[in-house]
Amino acid sequence: MIWNEKAECMSRDEMISLQNKRLKETVKHVYDNVPFYRKKMQAKGIEPEDIKSIEDLPLLPFTTKDDLRDNYPFGLFAVPKKDIVRIHASSGTTGKATVVGYTREDLEIWNECTARCLTMAGVGAEDIIQVAYGYGLFTGGLGAHGGAEKIGAMVVPMSTGNTKKLTTMMVDFGVTAIACTPSYLLHIAETLESEGEIDKIKLKYAICGAEPWTVNMRKQIESRLHINAFDIYGLSEISGPGVACDCIEHNGLHVCEDHFLPEIIDKDTLLPLPDGKTGELVFTTITKKGLPLIRYRTKDLTDITHEKCNCNRTSARISKFCGRTDDMLIIRGVNVFPSQIEAAITELKEVTPHYLMIIDRVNNLDTLEVQLELNKAFNSDEIKAIENINKKATVAIQQAIGLAVKVKLVEPNSLQRSMGKAVHVIDNRKID
Amino acid sequence: MYAKQLSVFIENREGRLEQVLEVLKNCNVNILSLSLADTSDYGLLRLIVDKPETGYNYLTENGFSAILTDLIIVKIPHKPGSLQNLLKFLSKSNINVEYMYGLTISGEEASVAMKVNDFEATRKIFDNLGVEQMLSDDIMKLNN
Repeated sequence: MIWNEKAECMSRDEMISLQNKRLKETVKHVYDNVPFYRKKMQAKGIEPEDIKSIEDLPLLPFTTKDDLRDNYPFGLFAVPKKDIVRIHASSGTTGKATVVGYTREDLEIWNECTARCLTMAGVGAEDIIQVAYGYGLFTGGLGAHGGAEKIGAMVVPMSTGNTKKLTTMMVDFGVTAIACTPSYLLHIAETLESEGEIDKIKLKYAICGAEPWTVNMRKQIESRLHINAFDIYGLSEISGPGVACDCIEHNGLHVCEDHFLPEIIDKDTLLPLPDGKTGELVFTTITKKGLPLIRYRTKDLTDITHEKCNCNRTSARISKFCGRTDDMLIIRGVNVFPSQIEAAITELKEVTPHYLMIIDRVNNLDTLEVQLELNKAFNSDEIKAIENINKKATVAIQQAIGLAVKVKLVEPNSLQRSMGKAVHVIDNRKID
Repeated sequence: MYAKQLSVFIENREGRLEQVLEVLKNCNVNILSLSLADTSDYGLLRLIVDKPETGYNYLTENGFSAILTDLIIVKIPHKPGSLQNLLKFLSKSNINVEYMYGLTISGEEASVAMKVNDFEATRKIFDNLGVEQMLSDDIMKLNN
């Protein structure tokens, strides 16, 4: 099934002509309403009229997560605050969150794109879908929710945190679809297996995203739950889940490119790369009004194809991601930067500024341990004094990253020092 | 006025305890008693030694996280009820014992080391009771 055949199956010429038109409108919109972009364009000697088609994209400046942080919270918004009806936020590289805003029209477009993705996975009005992404500032929960309501499915807004209730409702309601992170879905599968309820479920589709997963993990999910699982991609800066999704062919993720114009660039030269070449994925939003972004660097590495898919959709497809250009980690669906840990612990005098993050996957749930060195001056002959330091550090880090953490205090000078780039992260997760 | 205890923060991993003991051997420091408080991640090795300052200096120079703290060490009769009898007086005065461990036993006598939340009050109570308290020098003698 295809949600919007006109948009998803149009010819390449029609698509380019639509993108040209929308790009020109967007460039004018940001030039007129966002001082940040006007200054950047003026610095490059570009006027909105210089952008005549998507061929002219390379003339435009890039946008990065740092730009969003520097203009925290609303500096890049292109409409008056009264026109913004929703805010979401994700982790920034330091303490400050990356804040995004949506007009009513933006939310409608986001729901449209998520509806396309859910339909691509097979979900329809007759389905009962559990949305088990977190609801709140994170775009996952409300994003999947909006798309599911748009297609008329019966939505069960589970959010995260109570697996037992989720599996009980899955059985009792006869739930047919679920949207959650792939690692959480494996955890759900295990829970169903251990409770002997795996044969009682009616689940048919899973739409998984918000963290990297491999083809092998998808196959494991599919065989254990006897379902089809699909890879949905998104980022709050562009909108949220629904920017791209794979179809039953599992041959790349279809990008909603009539709204989000993709480019692949060389991460070093920043020059555009042809189809099939791996580089950094860059998006220009060409219909968003609240927070339109020009050439936003996602830091995700992939390649793109514009070939028509066997599913009949003509939209461009990006391959599964093969890494990132920065040190961002995705732990239980949450973006975590090592610099956040650093910022949190430098405020604590009881530990040294050295740290080591150890990430693992236990029973399909990500775990994070942070090793910190006890400051010699705070050594004690009493366990409770050391335990208090441990608790204090745990709270500080949890507040900084919004994720449960196990702090392990180690001896002073025992963590690796390095003249160059210190090793701060050991990721033991076997994603396949 | 009080006895000295040498504490070392060590990670709970193979060989680490032995490395502490090797340093003490190399500086010829003798251990009279020890207690190891442990959690799953780390432990606190508490030592009563004949030369606490020497042990502290050598351990620190060798990269260990060591500190010196006060302890009260008392001699008690080596028979049932004598420790309970002593603690009765502390609890009456609302003094909390943070931790405690045995030191030496010789025929008629035993001794225990304790960390309390109020050293001054504890010392006075023991003085009034006529309980013999040992200082670092007395412990040195035990070694001879």
